Amino acid sequence: MNLWHHLVIAPILLPLVTGALLLLFDERRHTLKSTLSIGSSFILIAISIALVRLADGGAETVYLLGNWEAPYGIVLVLDRLSALMILLTAALATAALVFAQARWHKAGPHFHSLFQFLLMGLNGAFLTGDLFNLFVFFEVVLSASYGLLLHGSGPQRVRAGLHYIAINLAASFLFLIGVSMIYGVTGTLNMADLVVRIAAVPPEDRFLLETGASILGVAFLVKAGMWPLCFWLPGAYSVAVAPVAAIFAVLSKMGIYVLLRLSPLLFGETAGSSAGFDDKWLFAGGVVTLAFGAIGVLASQAMVRLAAFSVLVSSGTLLVAVAMSDDRSTAAALYYMINSTLTIGALFLLIELLDRAQDPAAAVLSVTMEAYGDADEDEPEEEVGVTIPATLAILGVSFGICGILVSGLPPLSGFIGKFALLAAAVDVGNKITAAYWVFFAMLILSGLFAMIAMVRAGIRIFWAPVEIIVPRVRVIEFAPIAALLAACIWMTADAGPAMRYLDDTASSLHDPTGYVRAVLSHTPVAAPQGGTQ
Amino acid sequence: MELVLSLGIGALVGSGVWLLLRPRTYQVIVGLSLIGYGVNLFIFSMGRLRVNAAPVLPEGGIPDPAAFADPVPQALVLTAIVIGFATTALFLVVLLASRGLTGSDHVDGREP
Repeated sequence: MNLWHHLVIAPILLPLVTGALLLLFDERRHTLKSTLSIGSSFILIAISIALVRLADGGAETVYLLGNWEAPYGIVLVLDRLSALMILLTAALATAALVFAQARWHKAGPHFHSLFQFLLMGLNGAFLTGDLFNLFVFFEVVLSASYGLLLHGSGPQRVRAGLHYIAINLAASFLFLIGVSMIYGVTGTLNMADLVVRIAAVPPEDRFLLETGASILGVAFLVKAGMWPLCFWLPGAYSVAVAPVAAIFAVLSKMGIYVLLRLSPLLFGETAGSSAGFDDKWLFAGGVVTLAFGAIGVLASQAMVRLAAFSVLVSSGTLLVAVAMSDDRSTAAALYYMINSTLTIGALFLLIELLDRAQDPAAAVLSVTMEAYGDADEDEPEEEVGVTIPATLAILGVSFGICGILVSGLPPLSGFIGKFALLAAAVDVGNKITAAYWVFFAMLILSGLFAMIAMVRAGIRIFWAPVEIIVPRVRVIEFAPIAALLAACIWMTADAGPAMRYLDDTASSLHDPTGYVRAVLSHTPVAAPQGGTQ
Repeated sequence: MELVLSLGIGALVGSGVWLLLRPRTYQVIVGLSLIGYGVNLFIFSMGRLRVNAAPVLPEGGIPDPAAFADPVPQALVLTAIVIGFATTALFLVVLLASRGLTGSDHVDGREP
């Protein structure tokens, strides 16, 4: 045990300490607060890069909280997947925080503290190796997200917040019921110990175990937004302020992460007769979510709802990939997840800037169109040569890149993710059934629908207005969007090494023996010599 | 005892779900609290029901583990109570804010 080993807990401690520290300063000291908060998030990126390197060494790093042996004490486990998720969160969070500097961080009290607590909860949920501890970190994330969703206030946010909180409280109760049923059957909450115990559950208790796991799964599916548990999502995400909506894109991936973690771990090949009992439900749910999201994308007039429905499309695709549960599809799903999270985060930020280019009347029009269908606007206008100013050109290029990424067109990473997923699905061998064909069709159709919706929105914003209002955009607002899109482009260019890492991640996920051995055989640190004990 | 406890959990969760589906915010929060109590009792029951059994072992070795109650669900219930209390308080604040901003106690912020 050296100091380096404590780095595993740093992603939890750093945001906690920063968030708590920020509470001490007066609300008016914006510069100090943002400097601390952004500084901390940049350190978090550095830490998570170090953790990815550590995890890429191959072995799981186990951290015993309280120095109790694994099945009895709570453990943190760092492996490739959790390191990757922490890096993804840190990158998106930094972008959102920098973006918030322009105006949003002043819109209400304690923005930075809440944001840091959200990061703490997310990182904790990614690192923990214990089901009940997962619940606690989920609650930390949710409490912080309640505050962030209400940030900026206003009747719309309060109303959406009310629904969001009620849904999530109900989901938390399902989480508790599921966890306690699993405990009642197996007598443990440690994930690694569960793998061992589930293999030995007698047949008469299997039904109870699977019921518990399903109820637990529903709690995650509410977060991930599986149809029909997703009706709260577009409403909540579209009223949140832009930087919060961007970080919420990773919030729905938290549900996916837990499924990716628990499905192969608890109900993989070691689970005996319960193995893969969740797969067909997730598959069907994923396809329906994909369809619902795709139709929602096509039906959205307001850009921000388009982005919110894109979250559902991405969730649906990922749920199907979780259900396919083999190495290649999981690796493809991880690639797709990173790419879609960054893209949707960037899109939420970009929409905020684009909304400024539209005059208020157009915003009212888009709401009316939402309610009554497209207004008749075919009035012949005299064409005047509009010179697109530089700001609009830059925004237009970003919007175009976002569109290509969201709809999964070549040559960018959205295409690679979808292609890898399709290739993995085709390669499963002789079990290509009608369900797979439906999935192929939906995946391709959802791309087409996203493209139509993005093109329509682009025409309305950039081409249709005769008098273009040039939005005032500050560099600090555009830089994070550019950085997120650059990350996607980098993933396109460097797809080989990224896929190599993700392949390793997927194969270690589907072979839990290493994980179990690492956790259960980890010995506590010996008591220091010369102490009382 | 099993029957009484299951009836209690059933009644709490049943009335909680009914209230949760009602249109007034106050009914929703009472419903959530009732479900919370039911769930806490449920967690408790998952450690098996024991009468006159301590959840704490005496010092100096374990005489007979079977004579003791399972302490883990009790610890879980404690955590769940604290978290449930905090989130209920937070929900109450949002409820009041919604009432103040919209002038209605309907969950959608306006009368249907």
